[in-house]
Amino acid sequence: MGNFLLRRLLSGVVLVFTISLLAFTLLYANSENIARRILGQNATAELVDRKTEELGLNRSLPQQYIEWLTNALQGEFGKSWFTGEQVTTGVTSRFGVTLSIVLGATIVAAVVGTLLGVVAATRGGRTDSTVQVFSVLGFAIPGFLVALALVLLFSIRLGWFKATGYIPITTSFTGWLTSVTLPITALALATIAVVAQQVRGSVVDGLGRDYVRTLRSRGLSERRVITKHVLRNAGGPALAVLAVQFIGLLGGAVIVEQIFAIPGLGQLAVSATVKADIPMVMGLVVATAVLVVIVNLVIDIAQASLNPKVRLS
Amino acid sequence: MTEFTVTPPPIPAAGRQSLLRRLLRKPVALVSIGFLAVVAVVAVVGRAVSPHDPYTSSLDLVLAPPGAEHPLGGDSAGRDVLSRLLTGTQISIGAALLALAVALVLGVAGGLLAGYYGGVFDTVSSWLTSLVMALPAIIVLLAARAALGPSIWVSMTIFGVLMSPAFHRLVYASVSAVRHELYVDAARVAGLSDLRIIGRHVLWVVRAPIIIQSAIVMGIAIAVQAGLEFLGIGDLAVPSWGSMLNDGFAQIYSTPILMLWPALVIALTSMALVLVANTARDELERVSPRRGRRRRAAEWSAPQVSEPAAIVHADAGDRPEDVLLHVRDLVVGYDQDDGGIKEVVRGVSLDIRRGEVHGLIGESGSGKTQTAFSVLGLLPAGGRVLAGSIDFGGVELVGASERVHAAVRGRRIAYVPQEPMSNLDPSFTIGSQLVEPMRVVAGLSKKEARARALDLLARVGIPDPQRTFSSYPHQVSGGMAQRALIAGAVSCDPELLIADEATTALDVTVQAEVLDLLRDLQEERGMALLLVTHNFGVVADLCDRVSVMQSGRIVETGPVETIFSAPQHEYTRALHAAILDDSTPRGALSPREVSAP
Amino acid sequence: MTALLDIVDLEVTYPGKGLRARTSPVLHGVSLDIRPGETVGLVGESGSGKSTLGRAVLGLAPVTGGRITYAGRDVSHLRRKDRRELASEIQVVFQDPYTSLNPAMTIDQILSEPLRVRGVNRAEASARVGDLLDRVNLPADAAGRLPREFSGGQRQRIAIARALALDPALIVCDEPVSALDLSTQARVLDLFIEIKQRTGVAYLFISHDLAVVRHVSHRVAVMYRGEIVESGDGDKVTSAPDHPYTQRLLMAAPVPDPVRQRERRVERRRLLDSQAATA
Repeated sequence: MGNFLLRRLLSGVVLVFTISLLAFTLLYANSENIARRILGQNATAELVDRKTEELGLNRSLPQQYIEWLTNALQGEFGKSWFTGEQVTTGVTSRFGVTLSIVLGATIVAAVVGTLLGVVAATRGGRTDSTVQVFSVLGFAIPGFLVALALVLLFSIRLGWFKATGYIPITTSFTGWLTSVTLPITALALATIAVVAQQVRGSVVDGLGRDYVRTLRSRGLSERRVITKHVLRNAGGPALAVLAVQFIGLLGGAVIVEQIFAIPGLGQLAVSATVKADIPMVMGLVVATAVLVVIVNLVIDIAQASLNPKVRLS
Repeated sequence: MTEFTVTPPPIPAAGRQSLLRRLLRKPVALVSIGFLAVVAVVAVVGRAVSPHDPYTSSLDLVLAPPGAEHPLGGDSAGRDVLSRLLTGTQISIGAALLALAVALVLGVAGGLLAGYYGGVFDTVSSWLTSLVMALPAIIVLLAARAALGPSIWVSMTIFGVLMSPAFHRLVYASVSAVRHELYVDAARVAGLSDLRIIGRHVLWVVRAPIIIQSAIVMGIAIAVQAGLEFLGIGDLAVPSWGSMLNDGFAQIYSTPILMLWPALVIALTSMALVLVANTARDELERVSPRRGRRRRAAEWSAPQVSEPAAIVHADAGDRPEDVLLHVRDLVVGYDQDDGGIKEVVRGVSLDIRRGEVHGLIGESGSGKTQTAFSVLGLLPAGGRVLAGSIDFGGVELVGASERVHAAVRGRRIAYVPQEPMSNLDPSFTIGSQLVEPMRVVAGLSKKEARARALDLLARVGIPDPQRTFSSYPHQVSGGMAQRALIAGAVSCDPELLIADEATTALDVTVQAEVLDLLRDLQEERGMALLLVTHNFGVVADLCDRVSVMQSGRIVETGPVETIFSAPQHEYTRALHAAILDDSTPRGALSPREVSAP
Repeated sequence: MTALLDIVDLEVTYPGKGLRARTSPVLHGVSLDIRPGETVGLVGESGSGKSTLGRAVLGLAPVTGGRITYAGRDVSHLRRKDRRELASEIQVVFQDPYTSLNPAMTIDQILSEPLRVRGVNRAEASARVGDLLDRVNLPADAAGRLPREFSGGQRQRIAIARALALDPALIVCDEPVSALDLSTQARVLDLFIEIKQRTGVAYLFISHDLAVVRHVSHRVAVMYRGEIVESGDGDKVTSAPDHPYTQRLLMAAPVPDPVRQRERRVERRRLLDSQAATA
């Protein structure tokens, strides 16, 4: 088990490193273009040259990357080219906001999706069909359209929720709850659909397994067989789906934050992108990669604790 | 990124009709395909049939309401909304197609190589896949936009790369499954080249799932591309569904209707694609959406023709009061998709006395296992007892409530299955699977149950009970697992033990040991044993009485000596004739037999 | 008489997964020969390596030591292209008639495929398919149907027909009747014998069932944990074996006769006791 986790951790570190290298190459490859975009199309060649030199873009790419990496390993990701804000503070100050929404959506999706999946698999009939239809629709309609519909209906028409803004959980829990209800709903919908499908499939499959028949033959109740044995075995695949979904939710948050004017990583990412604020974009990419690696590691641990074959290897 | 996983179908579509034709018969798929066809046509001719120039602004038209000249009104820059919608379709669909094409080429090629050749290809491609999937697509696209500028085509090419794992995994899973199919081995032995095997045997299997996955990826590409434009990081001058949505969102308080049209086409197109994919997958896998209990089960009526009765050889010491299990005229059937019922057991009558070992022998499909499952009340989904009675020690089990069954199952009737490995829950130790029923069903304390389980494991001949107790199923051999299952079955001192092909999956030497164990346990506990098997040797070894089953009926029943020495029914005789043990051996190769190769 | 197939000190080790995977050989030093027209039975329990031996002969398992000679030619490490040439010499019938036929291909396509890759034209191949179906006692109209329309026994006949398509001199039969019912099994075995008598093909007949092997084999070899522990005349090995393992194997198989099985049980107990005493 320790060995397994160490291997996963190591591959995570390699992954982050590779991503930073690729992203750096992509972002810094065309130094002249960068300077020109900062200064505008009318800037003279001389100005562009001076800007290039000022930002240190005139050195070779490997040189620049090694410098970036050395600094990054010390927690120093440079400053924004436009606001002068430290990349580290820029990212960390918005990190919690995005994380609270994405984690909230993940938890909601996991709980609701599992319940729907189990109900659909065990009840069958009309319940099953309803869940199936919901799953297909939930998956088919893009999340940001759902977000737009929610804003129009609940905020603008009915005025139940504020359309925009964010209240930190540290300020007021209920305030936070009202400010994230719509974004989390919009984000979670598709994931609920995917989790429900997955769990339904695993439970249907599990109920047909030989060992379930044997457990029933020993006199165990249907409820016990499902909650203790079938669900436990459905857990592994469901977690794998959740790991992939988490990455999707992180992406979805970028758009949803824009709609609800939530000051998270998404907003930062969009503004940095439009301005070509390269150090900031670079910091964001690395932060996201680290987050994904951590989440995958957590899921790996959870999966290993469910699966004796992994745990004992 | 979100993706619905498409599982590779084990068997290609039933029927030799094309998938498309079958889809067109489903209303949901028909409507969806129709809508997509319209979108496709608009994508091709939209620019040409636009009533106005989609780029020209007019001050009069700024946020204009719908009117005769401009059916959908004007946007915030005073451009004709309908024209932009029509022209935008071309760009949105084209961009999504580009992403799809890139994903298809990379994913399918990579999946084929990694799945068929494995080794280095496999390692490299799985590393690349996890790299590509490690970041949210939007973040990558934002970074690319920061570096390369706002080109929809560049974005969608990159997005294609990001979506390629969707195809890669699908093709990889199918190919590595097919790769180990015996028919691929047979093709290699038959002298086919790798290229031909891939084309003929491998790609053939994945083509339908690839088409389905394409629809899903297309839908995601449309959504992501619209999302990017909506964020305002695309080229807003170019009309596309996403940029129109962006324009509408800016006017959400004044003219929210501007959002309606692009939102509607995006949602409808995405939905149509997913619905087509979903229906196609259902059609391929033939998963009936109405699982479980139907609203009304199909009616069954007893056949009018009476079947010939079974030949019954009477036993000297027959006493009716000894009968423990009394099955009369049992009929078991499975509901079919077409509303009919397929009978698998057709009027079985069977008596098992206390302490008797009764063999139920028959070939595959004879209904012997279904008979056993009926007694346990554990028929698989879709199966039910249609007629007859099962009397177990005075308790009627046919039509009994789950409570009645539960009182019998695991307490008075126990079951030993065929496959030892698949009958143990892989997630729990063998010990906990023994202890759980003892605690829940027999109400023992944790300590008592544990002690009893260890005793039982020792009793069934497991050399190190403590170790097996704390082992997981994958850590023990098949023979050990079967012993543990027998231990579990007898843990509640049942009056009847049903062993369904309990030694079939075992090696001959292990089988002999397990047969010895079953005999010893049966003798020391005096329990009745119903032995379901296809093996005459097993019957001869263990049974007191035998019933021979053929296509859902018992044709002959009697004491084991009689069935072996004086079989009456022609089917029993035919089975005896097929036994090889008494056949003369082949003898050495005679020169006469050799012909020049 | 020279051997058709000569296996000398064969060793097979499957490559492990990952970098530090430990691998132990599945076969260590197996020697066996088959003469033209001869049926050699190979008996063993699961994990004994009997199927791996068959796969090595077919070029489907990696030979990591020793040599396989076919008609005087070393075929242990053939390149793919040369291996394909051997298709008309060595053929196969697998155990599972459900997965050994591509479910998406018609019987006609399955049977004509090996012919077509060797350049036989369509009409000729079609005629040959009719002939092949006839030889395995299936109706000619079977050609247009799909595998799932046939029972297990019929599918196994189709697999046999495919093996016969190229007129091989040796057919490796890997548990070809274990998935079949008793009565079907007897008929398929008779078909194997009949084909052998008509065409003079040699069989490497792999099975876990001593009775099946005795029924078809001239000579029998017994495998145990990757080695051949006993081989010789079929009658001798399957009724009065010398090796303790073969003796155990023989005694373990229950006889389909209650009276004789009772005696066999006593005999088996005595054998196990005496083997335990000498061990």
